[in-house]
Amino acid sequence: MTANGWFQILFFLALVFVATKPIGIYMARVFGRERTLLDPVLRPIEKLLYRLTGVDEEHEMAWTEYAISMLLFSLASMLLLYFLERMQGFLPWNPQKFGAVSPASLAFNTAASFTTNTNWQNYPGEMTMSYFTQMAGLAYHNFISAAVGIALAIAFIRGIARRETETIGNFWVDMTRSCLWVLLPFCVVGSLLLVSQGVVQNLRPYDRASLVEPMQVPRLGPDGNPVLGPDGKPVMDTVAEQTIAQGPVASQEIIKEWGTNGGGFFNANSAHPFENPTPLANLIELFSIFAVSAGLTYTLGRMTGSQAHGWAVWAAMAILFLVGVTVTYWAEAHGNPLLAGTDQRASDAQSGGNMEGKEVRFGIANSALFATVTTDASCGAINGWHDSFTPLGGMVPLVNIMLSEVIFGGVGSGMYGMLIYVVLAVFIAGLMVGRTPEYLGKKIEAYDVKMAMLVALVFPLVILTLAGLSVVKPFGTSSIFNPGPHGLTEIIYAFTSQAGNNGSAFGGLNENTLWYNVAGALTMLIGRFWMMIPMLAISGNLARKKYVPPSIGTFPVTTPLFTVLLISVILIVGALTFFPALSLGPILEHLLLGAGKTF
Amino acid sequence: MAKKKRAIWEWKIVRRAIWDALVKLNPRKMMGNPVMFVVEIGSVITTVLLFQGGSAFGFNLQITLWLWFTVLFANFAEAMAEGRGKAQADTLRKARSETIANRMTGSDGTVEKVPSSKLRQGDLVLVSAGEFIPSDGEILEGVASVDESCITGESAPVIREAGGDRSAVTGGTRVLSDQIKVRITSNPGETFLDRMIALVEGAERHKTPNEIALNILLAGLTIIFLLAVVTLQPFAIYSGSPQTVFVLVSLLVCLIPTTIGALLSAIGIAGMDRLVQHNVLAMSGRAVEAAGDVNTLLLDKTGTITLGNRQASRFVPAPGVGEQELADAAQLSSLADETPEGRSIVVLAKEKYGLRGRELSTHEARFVPFTAQTRMSGVDLNGFEIRKGAADAVQAYLTQHGREVPAEVKATVEQIARSGGTPLVVAEKSRGALGVIELKDVVKGGIRERFEQLRAMGIKTVMITGDNPLTAAAIAREAGVDDFLAQATPKDKMDLIKKEQAEGKLVAMTGDGTNDAPALAQADVGVAMNTGTQAAKEAGNMVDLDSNPTKLIEVVRIGKQLLMTRGSLTTFSIANDVAKYFAIIPAMFAGTFPVLNALNIMRLKTPESAVLSAVIFNAVIIIALIPLALRGVKYRPMGAAALLRNNLWIYGAGGIIIPFIGIKLIDMVITGVGLA
Repeated sequence: MTANGWFQILFFLALVFVATKPIGIYMARVFGRERTLLDPVLRPIEKLLYRLTGVDEEHEMAWTEYAISMLLFSLASMLLLYFLERMQGFLPWNPQKFGAVSPASLAFNTAASFTTNTNWQNYPGEMTMSYFTQMAGLAYHNFISAAVGIALAIAFIRGIARRETETIGNFWVDMTRSCLWVLLPFCVVGSLLLVSQGVVQNLRPYDRASLVEPMQVPRLGPDGNPVLGPDGKPVMDTVAEQTIAQGPVASQEIIKEWGTNGGGFFNANSAHPFENPTPLANLIELFSIFAVSAGLTYTLGRMTGSQAHGWAVWAAMAILFLVGVTVTYWAEAHGNPLLAGTDQRASDAQSGGNMEGKEVRFGIANSALFATVTTDASCGAINGWHDSFTPLGGMVPLVNIMLSEVIFGGVGSGMYGMLIYVVLAVFIAGLMVGRTPEYLGKKIEAYDVKMAMLVALVFPLVILTLAGLSVVKPFGTSSIFNPGPHGLTEIIYAFTSQAGNNGSAFGGLNENTLWYNVAGALTMLIGRFWMMIPMLAISGNLARKKYVPPSIGTFPVTTPLFTVLLISVILIVGALTFFPALSLGPILEHLLLGAGKTF
Repeated sequence: MAKKKRAIWEWKIVRRAIWDALVKLNPRKMMGNPVMFVVEIGSVITTVLLFQGGSAFGFNLQITLWLWFTVLFANFAEAMAEGRGKAQADTLRKARSETIANRMTGSDGTVEKVPSSKLRQGDLVLVSAGEFIPSDGEILEGVASVDESCITGESAPVIREAGGDRSAVTGGTRVLSDQIKVRITSNPGETFLDRMIALVEGAERHKTPNEIALNILLAGLTIIFLLAVVTLQPFAIYSGSPQTVFVLVSLLVCLIPTTIGALLSAIGIAGMDRLVQHNVLAMSGRAVEAAGDVNTLLLDKTGTITLGNRQASRFVPAPGVGEQELADAAQLSSLADETPEGRSIVVLAKEKYGLRGRELSTHEARFVPFTAQTRMSGVDLNGFEIRKGAADAVQAYLTQHGREVPAEVKATVEQIARSGGTPLVVAEKSRGALGVIELKDVVKGGIRERFEQLRAMGIKTVMITGDNPLTAAAIAREAGVDDFLAQATPKDKMDLIKKEQAEGKLVAMTGDGTNDAPALAQADVGVAMNTGTQAAKEAGNMVDLDSNPTKLIEVVRIGKQLLMTRGSLTTFSIANDVAKYFAIIPAMFAGTFPVLNALNIMRLKTPESAVLSAVIFNAVIIIALIPLALRGVKYRPMGAAALLRNNLWIYGAGGIIIPFIGIKLIDMVITGVGLA
C-alpha cells in the first residue's frame, strides 16, 4: 500500500462526503415538490409527460397501489426489452448487422437483468447488441430502473416521515421526477466530462486496423476447443487485422454509474479504454456510483426531520466502506505469496502487488477501490477482473453484496435496504432500553418485523439454495472452469451478484447456459421485487402510525453508538448466514494459498 | 399472599418444574415456540438415526442427549416461571374454599343456606361477624371491618361500608365485626379471586404484542439459519467433505436463537410474577408491557406526592403578639380538633415551643366544633373565646365583635396563600387577631428523587389535584413534578389523558373512585386501588392490592425491566453465534482441509469435542440464565442512551466473548474426563 494510493481513496471519500449535503437537499426539494433551479426547463417537460400519459400528479397512492404500479411498469418495460432484443435484426442503427439476441433464455436473462437494475451480462455487448438495442433498450432501462429505485426509497422515507395517513406518494410522479431531475441533468454533464477524457460517442460501424505485428492464434471449433490438425497439433490462424468496436458509449457510460446499473457497453466494462480511459474518468465514474446513494442519507435526515440520523447512517456506510477497501487494498497490494522472492513491491517502475487482471493505468489502489465501490453499491461495473483478485481481495466484493449492498448501495435500493437493517437493529436492541422499539417516532411492531424478516430471507433463500443446487448437479458443475474452493466462490458470487442486483461477474464460469440464464433471471427478479414489496408494506404501515414524540427515554438513532450497533447488526445478521459458505470458498482458498496451493 | 420474595431455586417449585418440562415435550405444545420446536424435531431425527446404528456411536449419543437436554431446559425454564405463579395460586385457592352463604329470599328478610358456588349475580346475602364473604359483591347496608389478608397479605382489618367508594367486598375475605347486606356482583368462576388465580397461574396468558413481534424475528432467524445449514451440505459435498446429520443438526441448534427462544415465555411470566410480588395484579401481559412504554404518569397529589393531609408548619404572630402566645392559643383551640390538620397544630406547638397538650375538662372549657356556617372551630375557656379558621371567616367573626384584622396579618395570609399553603387565622374575641397558622402539604420524603429518576427515563409526571392553581404550582415545584392539573374534575383528567394520547403518548394513572372509572379505562395503564369501587377495579387494567398509589412508579419499572430483559437476552443470544461458528466450522472441515484449523481460534482439542462443547454450552447457558430471566436484568433509572450503552456492553459484547470462554472451558472438561 502506498501513501498515494491511500490519498486517492480518501480523496474519493472526501468528495462523496462533500457532495452528500447538496445532492441530499436537492433531492429533498425535488421530491417535496419544492422549487429547484431546473424547474423552468424540466417542469414543462414533466407536465407534458403527465398530459400525454394521463397521470394525475396530485393523486396520492396507498402502498399497495404504489407497488402494483411499480410492478406493472417493470413488467411492461421488461417485455419491451425482450422484444427489442429478439427483433433487433429488423431495427435501425445496426451497422454490424447483429441478428436477434439468442438463445431466448439469454434474451430473457438480459431483460430481467436490466429491468432489475442488475445489468448482469451473459453476453459480450459489442458482439451482441445493436446501437439501437443499446440505446432504446439498455440505456432506457438504466434510467428507469434507477428511477424506480430512487422512487421507492423516497416512498419509504415518506412512510417514516408521514403520520396517520394511508398514502406514500405517487409512483409515476416520483419516477418521472427521478428521471428528469435526479438522473438526466447529471448524466448530460457527466457524459460530456467523460467525452473530454476520451470516451467515444458515435454511431459508426466498427473500425478495422491492421496489426503492426500479425499474430498466430489457435483455431477454435464450434465446441470452443482448439481444432487439431492431422499431426495432433492445434491448427493456427494468422490474424493481421483488429476490429475496434465503436458506439454511443459516453451517454450510456455515465448512467451506468450514476444509476448504479453497471452494464458495460463493451464486454470489458470499465476496464475498456473507450469506457474508462483515464484515472480522472475513473474518479468521475467512482463518484457517480456513490453520489445519489450518499445524498439519499441526507434526504432521509431532512425529510424525517432528524439530520443527525441521516449522518449516523452515512457514518455506518462510510465505516463499512473503509473496512472493505482496506482489506481489498491490503490483500491486493500484498501480492501473491506464491511469488515470494519476486519483486512485488510498489515503486516508480511498477504498481507492485497482485496486478493479474488489473489495468496498469489504474494500478492496485484504484482497482481495489473500484471493486469495493461497485459492490458496496449495487453497480456491478468493473475496472478489473474480480476473479483474478487474491482470495481475500475477492471476498470483499462478495461480502459487500451479501450484506445486501447497503454500503451507500444502489440508487434507492441501498437506502431502503439499509432502512430494513435499521428497523431490525432498532427492534433487536431497542427493547434493551425498556420500551417498545421506536424508530424516529414510529413504533416498530409485529407487522414491521414480519416484513423486515421477509426481506432478510430473500438472500439466503435464493443465493444459498440455487448455489447449493449448482455445485452438486451436473447442469451447474459443467460450467465451472476452476475446480476447488475458487469454483465454489465463482458460483456463489454469480448468484449473490444477481440476487443483489449487482451484476458484476466474478468470472470463470460459463453462465450462458439454460440453467444459469433462467435461474439467474429468476434470482434477479426475486432479489429485486421480493425485497421491494415487503419494504413498501413497511412504509405503508409506518405511514399509518401515530408519531410518538421522542424523549430522553427513546432509543437513540443519532449517536455514534447507534452507528456501531447498526454496523454490528449488518455484519451479524447479514454476514453470519454466509459464513459457512465463505469458509469453504474464499477463506479456504486463502488458507490453501498460504499453504502453496492454487486453483 | 406472602410479600416475601421467593428464592429462585425453591425445591418444591423445581420438583414440579422438572415433571412439567417432560410434559411440555408434547409437540402440540412445542409448536407455539418455533425455535424450540425446531430443536425438538432435530432431537427426534438424531434419535432415530442413532438407533439405526453407524459409527461414532458415543459421540452421536452424546449429541443426541444434549439436544434433548436443550429442549428440556427450555421447558424447564418456562415451567419454573409458571411454578412460581402456581405456588401463589395454591395459596389463593385455599381462600376460595366452598362456604355456606345466607341468601335472602324475597323481601321479607328470610334467609336460606346455600353453598357459595350456587350464588349468582344479583343475589343478596347477609354476612355476619366471623363469616367469610361468599363471593364478590357490593355492600348495600351496614358497616363492617373485614380481614382481607388472604388477598393483600395485610393483617390489619379494613372498614367496608355501604355507599361511597369503600363499598366493594371480595369473596374469600372474612367479616370481623358487625353484619352487612351484600349484593353479589360476580357469577361463580368469575370472581376476583378466580381471576387472580388464573392470572398468577398464567392460565390465561396470551402473547403480548412485543412478544409476538419478537417471536416473528426469532422464527425468521431460525428459517435463515435452517437455510444456511441445509445448503451447507451441498457445498460440503462439492468440497469433498460431506457432513453427518448429527453435526449438521448440532450446527443448526447452535445457530438458531435457542437461548432467547427458551427463555422468552419465562421472562413474560416472571414479569407478571414480579408485579404480583409487589401486590399488583395485571389483568393482561399487554398492560405490563404498556407500563414500560408509558410517557406520562398522572399522579394524584394526595397520598402519592404528599402525605395524606395538610400539616401545620409555621406560626406567624400578629404585631405585638409573641410567637409562644400564638402557639399556645392555637394549640388550645385545636385540642379537641380531631382532624389531621388540628392534630398537626397540637404537634407543631409541642415540638417547636415545648407546649404539652393539656387535658381540659369539659367544665372549664367548651369546645366549638367546625361547622359549615361559621367555618371556624375553637374553644371557650375562662371567658376567653379562641377561634381559628379561614381568614374571611375570622374577619367576619371579629367585625361582629368590633375588631379589625391588622394589615400585617392580612399580608401574611396573602403571602402564605400565594406560596401554596393554607392560612388559618387565630383570634381571641377580646384581643383580636393573634396571628396566622400556616398549613402546608407535606411532600413525601424521597419523592423528588423518584421524579428525577422518572425524568431521566424520559417519563413526564403530572400531578392531579383539586387545589387551586396557586397552591398546586407551589406543591408541584416542591415535589419536582413536571406539570400539574389544578382544580381537576374527572372530566379534566379525562381530557388530559386524551390530549396526551393524541400526541402519541402512553398514559398511566391510578384511581379508586367510581368517577375515576372512565379515566382509568381510557388510560393505557390504569391501576385501580383495591380499596376502590368495583367500577374502578373493572375499568383499570391493574389492581394494587396495597392501595398504594406510589406504586405506579414500581409498575413502570417492572414493565421496563420486562422489555429490557427480552431485548438483552435476544442480543446475547444472537451475539453468541459468532463463537459457535468458530467452534463448529473448523471442526466440520479441518479433517479434509487441515488449513482450516486456522479458524479454530479457541484451540479446541478434537473436532468431536469442539462440536460437543458448542452444543453443551448452548444447552447449559439456558439453565444458567434462568435466574436472570426470572429476576429480570438489572435496572437503573437512566436515559435510553446510557441504558443502551450499558446493555450493549454487557449483553452484546459479553454475548460475543462469553461463549468463547465457556466453550473452551467445556472442551477442557470433556476432553479431560475423556468424553470426546
